[in-house]
Amino acid sequence: MSETSAPEVQSSDLKVIKNVTFEILRYNPEKDEAPRMQEFQVPVIKGMTVLDGLLWIKENLDSSLAYRSSCRMGVCGSCGMFINGLPRLACNNQIMHLEADTITIKPLPNYNIIRDLVPDLEGFFDKHKSIQPYMIREQVEELDNPTGEFFQSPDELVDYIQFAYCIKCGLCLSACPTVATDDNFIGPQALAQAYRYNADSRDEGAKEREEELYSSHGVWRCHFAGACSDVCPKGVDPAFAIQLLKQDMFMQKLHVHKQKPATHIIPWAAEHVPNEKIPKAPERTVK
Amino acid sequence: MRESSLWFWHIIAGAVIFVFLGLHMFIMHLESILGFLGLGYGGDVTSAQSVFMRSQQGFFMVTYIILLGAALYHGLYGFRNILFELSLSRTWEKIINWFFALGGLALFVYGTYVAVFIFLNPAAV
Repeated sequence: MSETSAPEVQSSDLKVIKNVTFEILRYNPEKDEAPRMQEFQVPVIKGMTVLDGLLWIKENLDSSLAYRSSCRMGVCGSCGMFINGLPRLACNNQIMHLEADTITIKPLPNYNIIRDLVPDLEGFFDKHKSIQPYMIREQVEELDNPTGEFFQSPDELVDYIQFAYCIKCGLCLSACPTVATDDNFIGPQALAQAYRYNADSRDEGAKEREEELYSSHGVWRCHFAGACSDVCPKGVDPAFAIQLLKQDMFMQKLHVHKQKPATHIIPWAAEHVPNEKIPKAPERTVK
Repeated sequence: MRESSLWFWHIIAGAVIFVFLGLHMFIMHLESILGFLGLGYGGDVTSAQSVFMRSQQGFFMVTYIILLGAALYHGLYGFRNILFELSLSRTWEKIINWFFALGGLALFVYGTYVAVFIFLNPAAV
């Protein structure tokens, strides 16, 4: 049995490459009258992300600095910030890749500031909830007491899968020029999620979402600037989803809308019969 | 859903403008080609006499009214949308809706009256 060990850390990897100035917006609504900028010198080593820089500042220079972070690998969507003029995830951007001696960090635009780099995402999640981002079925009984599973072919999965990668980081709303002027605009994230569920072959809730989606502050307010798609760290294309929602409604008005075929239910197998050709799994070593 | 219907007609109006404005551009600026095809009026198409002559033809009267309606609807609905993006209150949104609806209707009625009047009263011009 081969032994695995952690890759050896080269001393050159830990060598400070250069000092970078972090210019960070500071604001504590309980103390400060207005936001102000504060500078910190951060020694940068190979592979260091902007979030690593912020962690270093918090540990070594100023423990009062406030920001959100969690997974440190671009999955949770907590560390969205306005970094060098663009909404980005702090954990997803290496300092050296920014190719700048000064890194300016502000909280995400189009949100109120709770403190320092922490935006208030309450409105964002309210909009998300307003489009009912979950599976809606006419057969409620089947959802409560399932007798099987809803069939979905690989082709049907492709119809919406890219929109399911959304991690709800809120970068798209901070980049959206319409959100900047219209507080009531539902925004690219919620609209893309509405399309994600409408396009899901197992969902039957398109009609229920219509009122919110096609209101005077719904899909029709999108100018297709495409900024939301540009900044999305997961490669979701909310601008495209919004155009598809517009197209759906336009086709519906022309009475040429293609109806989604109803998905069927595959009943649970009465008894699990293992395939004899597949070898049995070894016994558990930890019990 | 009301907004979807308004938007639907906004797009249709855009398509109508594309066709009829194209026709206008063709007649006004490509008269040499029309002349070559035997469809030209001869002379200066931008002269007052030529404009009056076209206004007295049924085809042009109808196209003027359609273009007027489509342009008014498309333009005013677009302007209304721009104003709606300023996070207005419901009351202001209602005021703007009524202002543009009644203003647009008044302009359409007036424009239609002029087009029909000239068509029916060639001696007036």
